Amino acid sequence: MTVPKIWRKIPEMYNLKGRICPECNSYFFPPREFCTKCGNEKMEDYFFQGIGKIISFTIIRTPVSDPENENMDIAARNIPYVLAIIELAEGPRLTAQVVDCRKEDVEIGKDVEMVFRKIMEKGEKGVIQYGYKFRLA
Amino acid sequence: MVGIVTWGSYIPKYRIKAEDIAKAWGSNPEQIKSGLMITEKSLPGIDEDTITIAVEAARNAVRAARIDPKSIGAVYIGSESHPYAVKPTGTVVAEALNMGNKYTTADFEFACKAGTAAIQVSMAMVRSGMAEYALAGGCDTAQASPGDPLEYTAAAGGAVFLIGLENVSAEINHTVSYTSDTPDFWRKKYEKYPAHGGAFTGQPAYYRHVIAATSMLMEKANTSSADYDYAIFHQPNGKFPTRVAKILGFKKEQIQPGLVVSKIGNTYSGSSILGLCAVLDIAKPGDRILLTSYGSGAGSDSFDITVTDKIFYAREKNRTVESYIQDKIYVDYTKYLKNTGNLR
Ligand SMILES: [Zn+2]
Repeated sequence: MTVPKIWRKIPEMYNLKGRICPECNSYFFPPREFCTKCGNEKMEDYFFQGIGKIISFTIIRTPVSDPENENMDIAARNIPYVLAIIELAEGPRLTAQVVDCRKEDVEIGKDVEMVFRKIMEKGEKGVIQYGYKFRLA
Repeated sequence: MVGIVTWGSYIPKYRIKAEDIAKAWGSNPEQIKSGLMITEKSLPGIDEDTITIAVEAARNAVRAARIDPKSIGAVYIGSESHPYAVKPTGTVVAEALNMGNKYTTADFEFACKAGTAAIQVSMAMVRSGMAEYALAGGCDTAQASPGDPLEYTAAAGGAVFLIGLENVSAEINHTVSYTSDTPDFWRKKYEKYPAHGGAFTGQPAYYRHVIAATSMLMEKANTSSADYDYAIFHQPNGKFPTRVAKILGFKKEQIQPGLVVSKIGNTYSGSSILGLCAVLDIAKPGDRILLTSYGSGAGSDSFDITVTDKIFYAREKNRTVESYIQDKIYVDYTKYLKNTGNLR
């Protein structure tokens, strides 16, 4: 990921900034320009609470390197790690790491909450990307 | 009145036992445990650093206060492990708190007392009217060279305080500092690990500054050790604060609640102020607290604090230091080296 792209994604990555459709009350993460449910184009910003539950998860044992460039995914240095599909309390689903837990404690349906962590680091000299991960609540 | 509106603490979940470090180097664990009065220490997750620790602690403090984050006008985080040499920790923390752009920030550095220096500057900012609220914190992921005795204590954690003039849960009645040019411990610009003056770190450094600042404070506040319900001294290990408390006439009961070092190690800039958080977690309105930090190089900041009846509100939506201490995952020495970036 390039530095301008990391910078543009900061509100999303730090505070789960998404969108809400004021017409039909649908929530979107990542943010959408228009509502895919009702077609409304006047969307409003919304910050998700950062709580949700595990819908599905997998244990990553062989990390995939970032094809875009030489970015170093911090998780890749810490295999095996837990990658989960999380349903936020407001509805949208996202994929994120579940950290600070024993692998055997992770189960479908368990509540999780957002934490703030290092995501990527462009080598020794590069910028650090920070953002959301989740922990068991 | 100026004081602490709310506080937020954070300690990473990972711990290593002193035994496991001793085993790696063939040292006698019992001798180390009794000498340093430390049984285990915290360490960061592989994806944690001073910035992520500061964000977690600051989010706890702001959530507890239930204020609009845009009313915070200043952020000062003290650390000796800021992830960047150039690029402030404070901007990431402010963005993660959704503070908008109308704030001032700068990173603080003064070994283990950068956090209390941030509190003093924040007090001045709110008292002068330059900010309605200011955030002051001390957070570290302390580094020790593998095999150095510091390895038993250098830990990770931090605390952040919301400083303001109204609705304070703990009023800061007085603060003083005692500072000198003393080379007891240092780290040069491109070095990964700190260097220290061995036995020189005791008498002319820690004891001289902590005793001088605390005595100055009690003289200014016209108090004696018996006037305080709690006392917290910088805790590089368990031995130093216990000994300095005795010299200054404090009893074991006064220092025990704030002595968190034996279970988490020395969190450097977070050390004495995590002790303060642990005391604020349990104190009653009217309780009087004495806090003295110490930073190598060298200096001590001392504070005289009185708890108010707003303490219950500040605790309602907060997380305690004790809950972080209890919530832990033990790791072995290899995993420890990996998480602290000593093994890649
Ligand atoms: Zn819609």
